[in-house]
Amino acid sequence: MRLILRQRELVADAWRYAGEEAGADAPLIATLAELRTDPERHLARRGALGVRLTPVDRVEELATHLPRLALVACEFPGPGEGRGYSQGRLLRERYGFAGELRAVGAGVKQDLVFHLARCGFDALELAPGEDPAAAVRAWQRYEVGYQPGAAQVVLRRQRFFAATPPA
Amino acid sequence: MYQYDELDQALVDARVAEFRDQTRRHLAGELSEEEFRPLRLRNGLYIQRHAPMLRIAIPYGLLSARQLHTLAAVARRYDRGYGHFTTRQNLQLNWPRLEDVPEILAQLATVQMHSIQTSGNCIRNVTADHLAGVAADEVDDPRPYCEIIRQWSSVHPEFTYLPRKFKIAVTGSPADRAASEVHDVGLHLVRDAQGQLGFTVLVGGGLGRMPIIGQVIREFLPVADLLSYLEAILRIYNRQGRRDNIHRARIKVLVKALGIERFRDLVEAEWQENRPHHVQLPQAEVERVRAFFRPQPYEILADLPAPAGNARLQAWYRYNTHAHKVPGYRAVFVSLKAHGEVPGDMSAEQMDALAEIARRYSFGLVRVTHTQNLLLADVRQRDLEALWRELEALRLATPNIGTLTDMIACPGLDFCSLANAGTLDVARQIQQRFDDLDYLYDLGEIEIKMSGCMNACGHHHVGHIGILGVDKHGEEWYQITLGGSASGVTALGEVIGPSVRKNEVAATIERIVEVYRGVRADGERFLDTVRRLGIKPFKEQAYAPHPAAA
Ligand code: SF4
Repeated sequence: MRLILRQRELVADAWRYAGEEAGADAPLIATLAELRTDPERHLARRGALGVRLTPVDRVEELATHLPRLALVACEFPGPGEGRGYSQGRLLRERYGFAGELRAVGAGVKQDLVFHLARCGFDALELAPGEDPAAAVRAWQRYEVGYQPGAAQVVLRRQRFFAATPPA
Repeated sequence: MYQYDELDQALVDARVAEFRDQTRRHLAGELSEEEFRPLRLRNGLYIQRHAPMLRIAIPYGLLSARQLHTLAAVARRYDRGYGHFTTRQNLQLNWPRLEDVPEILAQLATVQMHSIQTSGNCIRNVTADHLAGVAADEVDDPRPYCEIIRQWSSVHPEFTYLPRKFKIAVTGSPADRAASEVHDVGLHLVRDAQGQLGFTVLVGGGLGRMPIIGQVIREFLPVADLLSYLEAILRIYNRQGRRDNIHRARIKVLVKALGIERFRDLVEAEWQENRPHHVQLPQAEVERVRAFFRPQPYEILADLPAPAGNARLQAWYRYNTHAHKVPGYRAVFVSLKAHGEVPGDMSAEQMDALAEIARRYSFGLVRVTHTQNLLLADVRQRDLEALWRELEALRLATPNIGTLTDMIACPGLDFCSLANAGTLDVARQIQQRFDDLDYLYDLGEIEIKMSGCMNACGHHHVGHIGILGVDKHGEEWYQITLGGSASGVTALGEVIGPSVRKNEVAATIERIVEVYRGVRADGERFLDTVRRLGIKPFKEQAYAPHPAAA
């Protein structure tokens, strides 16, 4: 059973990726490529549906499907890969996605948690070996910040604000 | 100058605590070198040839006397008693111990300094014109906007893991003393037809392996839109910039691949579409920051004639001081180019002494120029002679600013692990050959810029004379370019021909400037002669005559 950090709580992951053992209606995370090949079958399934994006995938492609999705996972495969931060902010801000936004991959480690949370990620599938307690502490590593950011992190003080405050 | 408020201080303190913890985990084996690397880089820490190198940010080059004293104390206690000022207005320490770095950063934080984002693939320390606020030709003081950019870019949630580094320069003057056209983004303060203040925005400039001059993406951007527009540029870059090849990852490559029109369309579309979520820059915030950069409480004085008498003082006045917009004042360059010294190096003793000098003569402030010198911006003309004596005693008054020996050099092979060739001994060789000040003055304004490898930290492409270290079968050779410039009309230099051996560099330059002396028109600068005649006449004479032909 996979454990994930959701809203700073360590919980059992109810979601399954394609290929993982699960009941027919269990919540499923498909890749964007899988959704692309067979959109009808995926969108018509009875259980909850999520989509996993690689760094090169464009969130724009997902826009029309978002109302049907309960989860979007973005990949952070290594320390240098930063496209997922833009994916997260776009999903939350431009597309108003309110479902679970999950960061997944070998790069999901405590030193990135603050940035991830500020970009709207509320669930972390930590890299193997990462200490969940340290990751929870890192959520609030900074109590102040300059830029507008997601409501995941409540800052004591902030300098710049967005035209529309984040949901 | 800007003073931190509670938010600024809390952020820097939190950063120190974070890095202390990361360093501890690394030393305890919990963070591998591979994992630690991007974290330490974002705190200015490189692992170099001999030791770690720590790059301390001096935002837009402005330092208080107190900060300079702290840098001196840090250099003395944790390094070998000196520091190196760089072309990006930072200070580098070449010999700190990794385990001491968190403590160094903690001490810097007590005087409102940090090393946040001075390296790594993120938004770097923002640079500005060193004559900001005192030059008569400026539209507005660029420093408040630099400070705003510094804050907005620090620990940015979305743009801290970019494809590659990202450098922003702001200039308040059309003379562009900030080399803004060779930055990823260059901002020129301008006024529109209605007199409203804003920026002309350039994008995609840069040196390195693929030197390109930035192109205008927007003729006029109102101040209020500064941050949201930068975010639009960065978002397009973060999403579409190449990440598969480190040498193709700068924004200039993306702009070139798409063409400036297409790139502009993408940015404008992103900026429009993102309007509801634009980061705001309220006028009140601009005013708050601007208030820290109000003109100094100048005395009402009249201009004085240039000093007479001592010839060296006269030369110093002519070369090392610059007009000030307030009568009775002048800006004074502190030359870090004494012959026999490493360009840009300064000892802790000199730092301490200069901090006190700044207190007595220039409102307690010092500036770092991107030509690796320092500047006392606001000196009363009647104090010049006394100041000169003090600087002279510290070997900080070599009257060579703007001359051939006021050269820029990166640290090169002596310190940098990426280098192909040494720069410091070549600098020494040039200083020795051109040690006669009268000869230097006769040559007039000539900028030499030297880099130890293609990364071009020494900006060799935009030197009137550029020197690039190359590796030829394990030997150090040097390629020479002519005609580059980073101010006024930005231009990239042209290679004169095959590279030369290390011991031939200064002699080659001498042959080149001798050609200039022979063909220059009356009062014509070296750069203008090169522009007028092209490189051909120089190229023909630059190489040593073959012994057989002699
Ligand atoms: S130009 Fe090359 S040698 Fe010089 S500092 Fe930069 S990377 Fe090092």
